[in-house]
Amino acid sequence: MNLTGQALKAEWTKYRTVAGPSWLLAGVVALTVAIGVAEASVTHCLSAACGIDPATVSFTGIYPGQAVAAVAGVLAIGNEYSTGMIKLSLTAMPQRLTWFLAKATVLTAPVLTASALAVAGAALAGRLILPGHGFTAAHGYASLTSATDVRAAAGAVLYLALIALLSLGLAAAARDPAAAIGLVLGLLYLFPLAAAVISNPALARHLDQIGPLPAGLDAQATIGVKGLPLAPWQGLGVTAAWTAGALLLGALALTLRDA
Amino acid sequence: MSAGTVTPDRSRLAPERESFWPLVHAEWTKFRTVRGWVIAVGVAIAAITVGAFLGTDVSGGCAGGHAASGAASAAACPAQPTGPGGEPVQDVFYFAHQPVTGNGTITVQMTSLTGQFIVGTSNGGWRAAPGGLQPWSKAGIIIKQNTSQGSAYAAMIVTGSNGVRMQWDYVNDTPGLAGRVSASAPRWLRLVRHGATITGYDSADGTHWTPVGTATLPGLTSTVQAGLFAAGTSIESYPADLRGAGVPDNFGAQATGVFRHIRLSWPATGWTGTNIGGAGPNENGAPLPGTLRRGAGTLTVAGDGDISPAAGNAYSGNGHSLQRALAGTFVGLIPLIVVAAMFITAEYRRGLIRVSLTAAPRRGRLLAAKAVVIGAVGFVAGLAAAALALAAGTPLLRRAGGLAWPVSLLTEARMAAGTGALLAVAAVLALAIGTIVRRSALAVAVVIVVVVVPYLLAFGPLPGSQPQGSGPGGGGGWPLQITPAAAMSLQQAVPQFHQLIAVYPLQAGYYPLAPWAGLAVECAWAAAALALAYYLLRRRDA
Repeated sequence: MNLTGQALKAEWTKYRTVAGPSWLLAGVVALTVAIGVAEASVTHCLSAACGIDPATVSFTGIYPGQAVAAVAGVLAIGNEYSTGMIKLSLTAMPQRLTWFLAKATVLTAPVLTASALAVAGAALAGRLILPGHGFTAAHGYASLTSATDVRAAAGAVLYLALIALLSLGLAAAARDPAAAIGLVLGLLYLFPLAAAVISNPALARHLDQIGPLPAGLDAQATIGVKGLPLAPWQGLGVTAAWTAGALLLGALALTLRDA
Repeated sequence: MSAGTVTPDRSRLAPERESFWPLVHAEWTKFRTVRGWVIAVGVAIAAITVGAFLGTDVSGGCAGGHAASGAASAAACPAQPTGPGGEPVQDVFYFAHQPVTGNGTITVQMTSLTGQFIVGTSNGGWRAAPGGLQPWSKAGIIIKQNTSQGSAYAAMIVTGSNGVRMQWDYVNDTPGLAGRVSASAPRWLRLVRHGATITGYDSADGTHWTPVGTATLPGLTSTVQAGLFAAGTSIESYPADLRGAGVPDNFGAQATGVFRHIRLSWPATGWTGTNIGGAGPNENGAPLPGTLRRGAGTLTVAGDGDISPAAGNAYSGNGHSLQRALAGTFVGLIPLIVVAAMFITAEYRRGLIRVSLTAAPRRGRLLAAKAVVIGAVGFVAGLAAAALALAAGTPLLRRAGGLAWPVSLLTEARMAAGTGALLAVAAVLALAIGTIVRRSALAVAVVIVVVVVPYLLAFGPLPGSQPQGSGPGGGGGWPLQITPAAAMSLQQAVPQFHQLIAVYPLQAGYYPLAPWAGLAVECAWAAAALALAYYLLRRRDA
């Protein structure tokens, strides 16, 4: 087995033998589905011109759910620092970049699985609840399982995984888990909050274009796609760029700094 | 071994260690000597202060009561008349009046109040539709300074379903006789002017009179206008079958009142009909002109519009809520939450908790001391930052188009102290959650999710979450009713009125809960978390 393979195996063993990560991923699924069900059951489309995006309603749970995914990402590396395990890990695997990549890979697979489960559950709940709340063909919602809806779901799954990786990168840079999660959640939530409270529409639109959360959520829209600040895959691209930047920052900090 | 149970020897605490305040002092020393925490609190204060500059950037054209989102339109805001107290008002109605001088009395009997919808048609005109009697449709008698919008007045009013009311100077409302008016249950109304004081009376039979209220209208001139009026008022529910395609969104209601036994103690000079605020398709006032019809012993008055404070979506001026100055609150909350959670989780991480608990074996007291310190830090930081933000934001907002409503000193004090309380309770919540989960990252994430995300959801494109219902505290808006973010209502700068049915949108600074109710919700969360933290801290090994 080559070095990368060994690193992957070692990290995977660490990941699966601790109970915390599984609970966090279960939390992502539970929170995303529960909030989606709650929002869908209080939303009604009363006329053909109601303009409500059923995918946005179903995926409301992504807003709080991504915070749990972020915790999973932060703790994947933050726990190494807070327990002092990092010194042992880097002694056993002196190639820090290889170790970091193995960490990221091992995080990605279970997060993608949890994310797919969460999104599938939320979409299914929306599919069951929303047609009874006026989201019918008569109001212009012919099908809730078209290609656009599949794109929205795929966008949501990828989005959650990107957020977990973004958190991993920032946690490697910040080292302290509390500071790291504060940074990640600030980065995620402050852009849309600022865009909501300021009334300068040009500035608000720019904030929605550059923020990792609002840009990434563009990939989940199924109606009014033309009026979005960014095209769906462009939006997810912005989130991916933030993730790449955070991972790069984390890798740099890890290689250039004492652990 | 059932016999010989011995009570174990327990040492007593030294008397000086029984005291609570040395513990608070110790925790304060711990807090202030960690440089990163002090810097983070400084960042929180700076973020809230700087937020005043971002929040008051209202250069997106006329926003008024509705934040211009997406579609940028720099249309000029229609002028909003202001009442005697400087507050924005709606003053559009049909007024059958005559000038009267000096003290005197006007008395009428009302036998009917009906209503109809006024529906905009696709060609720009209007048509009437039945069924438009609204809860606050009003007709009655009024004494008004003059016929210009916003002038002082006092009125005795029969309403659609809120009984007889006395209202004056737009914001004041007092109930009189309950029940609907009809030919078999007529309502007698009377206004008595004495100098600057006007007293309203009502009666069911015209002989037994009950005083309803007394209005003092400072500066009322000797000659005023007295007479009959009708106003259709704002719409509570608009029938779906009238909302057909091609019908513009503008609509209204017209109220028609029937008056008998009209007696004025002043010399009569004949009635003049005036549409206060103008009327017609091209006016800003009522869509349809009002009417005055004379019958056998009756006068029938019909009119649209409303006499009310211009709150919620009834406000169309270019002013903004003072709360915009506090837009940075959430930016400040995040570092404070991180510090508050770390105040306990750092003890677990470093093992310091064992030393702390050795020094303070009463574990509940340690938790209480930490809560006192971090709560005080949060309160002082929030209060100072909000005071700075309000001081910086007020002149900026005045330059950008003014305030939507005059804000009293008491309200400003509530906004500043409320921001302090909001931060203090959030910090205590973070401390409690940190004690429960003992992991900083998880604690910080949980608190941010319950405090910050609900506000985001309420603002977001999610109709189920938005406080949209009509009337104060209307339906919907669950994120701002059941989560700690409900305490954001402490920052509400614009008032709501029970006598005005309107949409009170979050974007214009309205919250579904009253300020103290919102704080109570946040405190309930913190208290529940503290109780669980206390239980676990005592039960668990450190």
